Amino acid sequence: MLKAVRIDSLEGLFAHIPDDCRRNENLDVPAHLTEWELNDHMDTLAGSMAISPDYKVFMGAGSYEHFIPATVPFLLGRSEFVTAYTPYQPEVSQGTLQAIYEYQTLTCRLLGMEVANASQYDGASALAEAMLMAIRISRKKTVAVSRAVHPLYRRVLQTYFEPTGFEIRELPYLSDGTTDLSSLKDMNDLGGVAVQSPNFFGCMENVPAVKQALENQKALLVVSFSEPLAYGLYKNPGQCGADIACGEGQSLGIPRTFGGPALGMFASKMKYVRNMPGRLVGETVDLDGRRGHVLTLSTREQHIRREKATSNICTNHSLCALAAVMYMATLGGAGFKELAQINYDKSEYLKSALTRAGFKLPFSRATFNEFVVEFPAGFKKTYQRLLKKKIIAGVPLDDFYPELKSHYLLCATETITKADIDTLVQEIKK
Amino acid sequence: MKELNELNFPDDVRYAESHEWARTEGEKVKVGISDYAQDQLGDIVFVELPEVGDTFGKGEEFGTVESVKAVSELYMPVAGEVVAINDTLEDAPEKVNNSPYGDGWMIEVKAENPSEADDLLDNNAYLGTLKG
Repeated sequence: MLKAVRIDSLEGLFAHIPDDCRRNENLDVPAHLTEWELNDHMDTLAGSMAISPDYKVFMGAGSYEHFIPATVPFLLGRSEFVTAYTPYQPEVSQGTLQAIYEYQTLTCRLLGMEVANASQYDGASALAEAMLMAIRISRKKTVAVSRAVHPLYRRVLQTYFEPTGFEIRELPYLSDGTTDLSSLKDMNDLGGVAVQSPNFFGCMENVPAVKQALENQKALLVVSFSEPLAYGLYKNPGQCGADIACGEGQSLGIPRTFGGPALGMFASKMKYVRNMPGRLVGETVDLDGRRGHVLTLSTREQHIRREKATSNICTNHSLCALAAVMYMATLGGAGFKELAQINYDKSEYLKSALTRAGFKLPFSRATFNEFVVEFPAGFKKTYQRLLKKKIIAGVPLDDFYPELKSHYLLCATETITKADIDTLVQEIKK
Repeated sequence: MKELNELNFPDDVRYAESHEWARTEGEKVKVGISDYAQDQLGDIVFVELPEVGDTFGKGEEFGTVESVKAVSELYMPVAGEVVAINDTLEDAPEKVNNSPYGDGWMIEVKAENPSEADDLLDNNAYLGTLKG
């Protein structure tokens, strides 16, 4: 190859790179390993981490452990779907485009909305994009966000908004664990209001009440979520009057893998479609009248409109979206409801076991598969003791909410057994 | 696309170089895009209009027009307040193609300074800019 490009040495290939941009010493990497040694090494690494099923993980807080049916990895692993870059060209990608179209359709049904995009990066960026969309539509400069929205989503939102000059107001939460809406009526300069339901504390928000508080206002109602499985049991954002529904789809067939990759689900009312961010697959017919799929309404996107685009994201999380559609299709409507009921029942069982053991549940609102517990001061020691027994007793909340000392967010999905719950409660009581 | 001599440039409106037209009707000025503009854009599929009560300066963007080929911004030929919009374009944007000076009008403006319309091009001068 060097001969073909008429260079004598490998060094010559890099000659045009300025000296001060070059690294001169060798990379500090360990010596090579054989395949057997490498497998051992990886097993040791994996063993050093608190991963189910070795550990009993009672953590949710935006990332949930669910059984993934074998159909999902099998279909997802097909070479037609696994590519480094999503092929969007209709001439060669009907399969991929149809699969995304099916994902959009099932997303609309799940969320009760009229149009869904091909996906965003994650629940946090989906929320930030939703709030920017609300600002574009309402032509206002301020949004309000509940303090019970996932704290990390709110941080991403802040990052998005910082250079824009738009203002974010925080709505406090009430003693029942839901958002305090009392200040909304006096804020008539809002472009959008975001609540999460179930919210970060696991509580179902009274979304219709938010809708009502926004009556006669221009503000759009944005409903965020981190656990879409809840809509198998509770009313979905569309039924509660959401203008935009956006959130995290990791629950739908995507493993937790250290918090990523994730799936940003994004849907809205049809009348706002031209202000929606992201890619959108539509159905059409070819010259011979045959059904086909293409990207549509691309004039919203930056490769057409540059600085006037609705978002600077011109892509989607296709493989994750496909995992979600395969998961939803595998469960079906009835299976989805049944699984939601199981999640609810498990966490209610955990709730009652903890209450019987004398622990306090500070928030009275209905929850789905996670909820907040107030443990006695000094619970940190117990938490560490449980960790040694391979039990993770939830997520401590004081990092995110300094006022919630000794409050923990506990989650029980279908992967947790009754025996696991009984063991947890017994161990905590010790 | 049509040849210039196949296009229609009536003399009862004034033209901006950015291809909008303005027709003074009493105190108000009606605004749309020229036959040339609609012909260049091709089939128009969406028109985004401002809200009644919005105020813009001359040359400011008041909306967008989207065809199967492109998206273009719409600019105010005169400064003023929007007093009416043609909301029938929402369901029938093709009116802009079929009747750019009639049913395809876009907004009605209460001009800040009605004589500003006189500074716009007449049909011959506009045709001159198109011939380049």
